[in-house]
Amino acid sequence: MTLLLALVIGCLYAAGIFLILRRNMVKVIFGLILLAHAANLLIFTVGRLTKGIPAFVPEGSGMLTGRFADPLPQALILTAIVIGFGVQAFTIVLFKRTWLTLGTEDLDMMKTTDEPPKE
Amino acid sequence: MLFYLLMIGFAISAAAPFFYRRFRAFFGWIAVSFPLFLFFSFSSFYPRISAGEVLRETVFWVPSLGINLSFLLDGLSFTFVLIITLVGAAVFLYAGTYMKHYEHAARFFVYIGLFMTSMLGLVLSDNIAAMFVFWELTSISSFLLIGFSHHKEQSRKSAIQALLVTGGGGLALLAGLILLSGISGTMEISELYPQHAMIVSSPLYPAAALLVMIGAFTKSAQFPFHFWLPNAMEAPTPVSAYLHSATMVKAGIYLLARMNHVLGGTALWQDSLLVVGAVTMVCSALLAFNQMDLKKLLAYSTLSVLGTLTMMIGIGSRLAIKAFFIYLIAHSLYKGTLFLVAGTIDHAAGTRDAGVLGGLGRAMPFTMATAILASFSMMGVIPLVGFIGKETLYASILELEEWGRYLIAAAVVANGLLVMITLVAGIRPFFGSMRRLPSVPHEAPFAMLAGPACLAFFGLLAGLFPDFFMGAMLDRLASSVLADTLTFRIKLWHGFNEVLFLSFLTLLCGMLFYAARVKLLPYLEGRHIPPVLKPSSWYDAALAGMLKVARWQTRMLQNGSLRNYITIIVVTAVALGVSALAGSFSAFPEIPALDVTFYEVAIVSIILVSILVLITSSSRLKAVITLGVTGFSIGIIFILYGAPDLALTTFAIETLGVILFVLVLYRLPRFTSYSTTASRVRDAVIAFVFGIFMALMVLFTVSGELDSGLKRYFAGASLPEGKGRNIVNVILVDFRAIDTLGEITVLAVAAIGVFAMLKLALKGGSR
Repeated sequence: MTLLLALVIGCLYAAGIFLILRRNMVKVIFGLILLAHAANLLIFTVGRLTKGIPAFVPEGSGMLTGRFADPLPQALILTAIVIGFGVQAFTIVLFKRTWLTLGTEDLDMMKTTDEPPKE
Repeated sequence: MLFYLLMIGFAISAAAPFFYRRFRAFFGWIAVSFPLFLFFSFSSFYPRISAGEVLRETVFWVPSLGINLSFLLDGLSFTFVLIITLVGAAVFLYAGTYMKHYEHAARFFVYIGLFMTSMLGLVLSDNIAAMFVFWELTSISSFLLIGFSHHKEQSRKSAIQALLVTGGGGLALLAGLILLSGISGTMEISELYPQHAMIVSSPLYPAAALLVMIGAFTKSAQFPFHFWLPNAMEAPTPVSAYLHSATMVKAGIYLLARMNHVLGGTALWQDSLLVVGAVTMVCSALLAFNQMDLKKLLAYSTLSVLGTLTMMIGIGSRLAIKAFFIYLIAHSLYKGTLFLVAGTIDHAAGTRDAGVLGGLGRAMPFTMATAILASFSMMGVIPLVGFIGKETLYASILELEEWGRYLIAAAVVANGLLVMITLVAGIRPFFGSMRRLPSVPHEAPFAMLAGPACLAFFGLLAGLFPDFFMGAMLDRLASSVLADTLTFRIKLWHGFNEVLFLSFLTLLCGMLFYAARVKLLPYLEGRHIPPVLKPSSWYDAALAGMLKVARWQTRMLQNGSLRNYITIIVVTAVALGVSALAGSFSAFPEIPALDVTFYEVAIVSIILVSILVLITSSSRLKAVITLGVTGFSIGIIFILYGAPDLALTTFAIETLGVILFVLVLYRLPRFTSYSTTASRVRDAVIAFVFGIFMALMVLFTVSGELDSGLKRYFAGASLPEGKGRNIVNVILVDFRAIDTLGEITVLAVAAIGVFAMLKLALKGGSR
């Protein structure tokens, strides 16, 4: 499965970079989200995969031993997911505001801070 | 003690505006107590220093790197300390009255106090790092003071020029000092002394010596870096008197003297100093020939004297060091005075134009007396200290066998020109008939007279009783510079000899030059040196070129295009990553076995297909849906591999994300594609390479064993210490609770941003 996940991570990064290089701002936001997914999966995979055994201390036992999924990368990813959502929400609304103010979603049209000439 | 004196100095400087606001009327009298306090504090060391003791003190700063605030008070630094505080006292008192008409005068005293303390730190530092810090502080305070009248363009330009030239030299100095500490393995200057032989024979020695010299030459305005000093005359006159004649510009000279025993004794060092010093001495005196502004005239004469001092270190004989010492003291006393007098004249008559000024003597008798006393010292008239300085200077040049004849001619011409400058700037304004002046001249107030008069009078005292005032200090200074115990006698009168004849010749030359100047000035008007020959135009060209390169580079690298930045980052990351991987892994990693179940393959396939649809989709809604599918599939992977918390969070957030997208994007026009095919192909290649690189990196990383001590720690500590069975949760809310708090803060900030953008109308209304 590690091999397959490596493939998925590679594809997510490639697609994310490709989208973030677009001129359409919505696609840039899509790219941003894909990159967040890619990074989360990357951390998850390099922390080594353990199938089906979550890091729970079983009832009646003082500590967890044997084989179990590493809780630390999970904790890191959990933080990352939530912050990723914050960024996502912010960029989406930023896009909306930009659209309402400038009337374009083309990043190449947003090169200056000057007011466009009034027609 | 030394450290605390400096810290007190910085504290008092910072408090200046507070006192200025309260005691504005007689602030000069309060300000003068600051340098006088330092003067007397340091003077209390005089018995110990003159007995040959060297005071040391270390305050640890970064001891592991050898960087400490260590201080050294020996003959050399003591001489400079006394000059700095004594001239400082005269200047502070004078400035209290002179600066009254300037805006932000309180700021002026902050800057000049900062300067004085930094300059003291510079001459006291024994550690090269500490010395460099103080060195730069003097450059910065000089910048602030030259640009004090910052509403004038010329002031700003001159300030930046001085900062760039001395700052650039400072970088050279830093490189030189680092080389030096690399060679010797120590940062303490006093520990460099015994290593002289080793340092001089090192292959890095020429580079270190040249870099240190460049630092000193820029600071002390030696040719070809001399041009910033006359321009620095834009500063208020007390600054010109203090920084740009008596103290700061001597920092380079101080450094050369301090390093003489570390780097000296070689042909490279001695000859460079001799030649550069001699060229500066003659050229800058010649440049003064057609100047009309009193301050510019004095500035060129300062340059000439700085050149002479450099040349003296270059000659490096015992007699030359003696001349160096006397000349240094004499110059600080008379040049500080003459600058302050020029300021007084400017104040009283409303102009500094030597062509207009005349006949001020009747209105300003005390100023005239002061000016004449200082002028005589500068011209080298017996019995002032300048006379002894010049006599010793000539004697030390005459000692030279090879170059002596040429150098003595150059020195007489240069000093003759100095006499001419003095006649024009120090004597002429008080005699002759008075012409129409911008304002009616009046005698200066007492506070503006006392300082210069005292300095001029000290020049007379030091000339009459040279051995009493300077004898012991000269011995100690010579020991520091030459690292040898020496004793000198300083006498005013040496009898009728060759040197005395040269002194008369100098005065005669000066008068001839003066007469020639009067005749030649009309012809020189409007004639300029061709720009190619002027180092200042080299500076202008270099500055323009640098700005051009900076503009080009900004256009290339910082052009405001997100795509450009990301491309550069991605390509750089891949290049660095590949080279790092190639360095640490010799073989390709073992491909892990492909033990997968069919539902895993199914999930992965769903993700890959939805990514493909997302990239190619021409419908915004379809893209949002595939994005959601991707997210949910990743959540399922989390479930399969023991991370239910991640899965739950992902599901929740993907749902929210899709809803948000749909709400925002619902009423948008067609989903347009802007890119050209060519740029799409280029981006696809970049993205493809990056994707392969990241996939490979995952394989490389998982190919080794991972022994996570943290995993075991959390598994063991979760229940007993965190009181929770879900270890991931315990980590989040207990072990890394502060981190989670940070995360919540980020979310809150994002929420405020979202709210602001949605609800609050932009200033000026939104369209």
